[in-house]
Amino acid sequence: MGQMIISEKSIAVPGEVLAEGMDYLPGEHTFRDGERIIAMKVGVVGLFGRQVKLTPLSGPYIPKSGDIVIGEIVGVGIGGWRVNIGWHFEANLSVKDATSDFVPRGENLSRYFDYGDYVVCQIVNVGGAKVVDLGMKGPGLRKLGVGRIFRVPSSKVPRIIGKQGSMISMIKESTGCRISVGQNGIVWLGSDDPAKEIVAYKAISKIIDESHTSGLTEKIKGFLESSKNGL
Amino acid sequence: MGDIIKQHLLNTLSNGLRLDERKFEDFREIFVEYGISSKSAEGSARVKIGRTEVVAGVKLDVAEPYPDNPDEGTIIVNMELLPLSSPAFESGPPSIASIEMSRVVDRVIRESKSLDFKKLCIKKGEFMWTVLIDIYPINNDGNLFDAASLAAIAALKDARFPKLDKDNKVDYNEKTSKKLPLESEALACTVLKIGNYFIVDPSVDEESAADARLTVGVLENGTLCSLQKGEDVALSIDDIDKMVDIAIKKTKDLRRALK
Amino acid sequence: MVYDKRVDGRKFDECRPMEAKVGVVEKAGGSAMFKIGKTVAVAAVYGPRELYPAAFQNLKRGVLRCNYNMMAFSGSGNRVRPGPSRRSKEISLVTEKALFPVLDLSAYPGSVVDVFIELIQTDAGTRCAGITAAAMALADAGIPMRDLVSSVAVGRVGGKIVLDLNKEEEDYEGESTDIATAFSSRTGEVTLLQMDGEVKREELKKALELARAGCEKIRELQINALRGRYKG
Repeated sequence: MGQMIISEKSIAVPGEVLAEGMDYLPGEHTFRDGERIIAMKVGVVGLFGRQVKLTPLSGPYIPKSGDIVIGEIVGVGIGGWRVNIGWHFEANLSVKDATSDFVPRGENLSRYFDYGDYVVCQIVNVGGAKVVDLGMKGPGLRKLGVGRIFRVPSSKVPRIIGKQGSMISMIKESTGCRISVGQNGIVWLGSDDPAKEIVAYKAISKIIDESHTSGLTEKIKGFLESSKNGL
Repeated sequence: MGDIIKQHLLNTLSNGLRLDERKFEDFREIFVEYGISSKSAEGSARVKIGRTEVVAGVKLDVAEPYPDNPDEGTIIVNMELLPLSSPAFESGPPSIASIEMSRVVDRVIRESKSLDFKKLCIKKGEFMWTVLIDIYPINNDGNLFDAASLAAIAALKDARFPKLDKDNKVDYNEKTSKKLPLESEALACTVLKIGNYFIVDPSVDEESAADARLTVGVLENGTLCSLQKGEDVALSIDDIDKMVDIAIKKTKDLRRALK
Repeated sequence: MVYDKRVDGRKFDECRPMEAKVGVVEKAGGSAMFKIGKTVAVAAVYGPRELYPAAFQNLKRGVLRCNYNMMAFSGSGNRVRPGPSRRSKEISLVTEKALFPVLDLSAYPGSVVDVFIELIQTDAGTRCAGITAAAMALADAGIPMRDLVSSVAVGRVGGKIVLDLNKEEEDYEGESTDIATAFSSRTGEVTLLQMDGEVKREELKKALELARAGCEKIRELQINALRGRYKG
């Protein structure tokens, strides 16, 4: 037997007891101390079967293999580039992982990607303490053109994208903007209409501010519609 | 700043918009709070411009006047760019940016004769008041020059002389109700040139795209009391003329917040 | 001189009025303000971020680095000369030792998590206020923590054991001892302990129990402030 001390969908804070009883298992961002499951972050409590989990409301992005991320080229070398993805080490993008084209050895790689360029990549490998390898061979992986680039908390990215991309698609359709969202919390907005671009930006800001509330999809839908009418 | 980010900013500006929908000459919301450290400081204030937040404090001390100005007191202005306030600021000795900011804010106050130094004299040749102003950003979202000078003036307005004992030593536990001899309120207003556009009250992103920056010290009657050009690109005389006009006009927004 | 009434009329086991707020430095990963009596501390967390020089990197886990500073106008007498002093460096060190036991930095090898603490106004209990604010800031930043850390000073003033001394009590002429403490309140374990002055051997435990009770109250405020950020 056991019981939940903090109910699902409530916000818990590090050190708070979430559940008591050996029936419960410690899920993400929690740990077991004797009979109790304890929170390790500020987050929303969830119960999945017997697992007590927390969905954190903040926290740094931690690179995971398979994640799609947006990064800035901060180093151009001989065999590849160094990319800043917001981790405390730069990620590596090697030429062979970036393109299937034949690139002669010694070629000046800034022809392809130069300092200050932004690229959409996939993390292909996370190893050791300092290694994150990126690849660009795959659909949607590319260099980004002129657009608005801003950071969002990586913990909010799932809400911005929505279930099966529903939230981000809604914003794209309503504003006509092109939008790329990296799991690492970098967002790129492209549009020919600066006013519509600001609407998309505000919609995303609204999601970030209200991500922990219910009825978010309806709120964003309402915001997008009223912005459309206002324009 | 990366090319594509700057290009995007220029595109947005070419439509008459800034990234946060402000017009080129709009200030963000300005907010002044007095007496935020009254137990410790003789005068203090907090300024918010948008999300930029700066605090300033005034301490008063008694010292021997400088030999060539025996009947005057003095001020010392210090600004430290706290690593608390921005991911870009590092711990350690003052950076050149913080030194520039300190000295510019110092000149705005000093050269405007906002503080009457003669009224800071206690006893000619023997004792003078030293006014020590320390300014710290709490959150840097751009335009620290203007926020700092506004906070400094607000802290000076808030300040009261502490009591002096019979040996002219300061008794910090007792304040008098006597205000500092603040004859005027000089304020700094910064104008940025990005491409061909002039903007006021830049955010942190706009600052990193700046081609040139002009900080102008302005008195209530519109007299200029300080100038500082920054960043890498040259300005024409015509540019400077335009930027100074904008600064004089917009200082009024900062001044309104002091009431 | 027997101290039977506190200078500000408080009970011997009563803290000064307190206030806590989270999210006060928008550019930081996490931040908080903590006010106790007239002592006001602001803390901001940046990181995990790159640690220079690389020689200091720990490849098994992230490193915690704390920096405590008093604003020049925040002292009780003369202006405090800006820049690190021996005192502020020691406080930075004990602050780090007070917070580290609850942190789990294993997910960030080679990095540094920076905590900056600034005092805007002071009336004793500054390092404790700083630690209390820093713990909230770390939680606000989403750094994994097994518990919050709460911190308060106890002391012996005029022969009486008291909780949360103000400056007047610290400077009390009869005799004053101040003991800075910090607790991981869930477990009741001590992470900071410093004493300046004298205390009788049999009084120490009583003083620490009093501190622990005080920290439990402070912890409630910290929890409410962290949750309060997401109300509505």
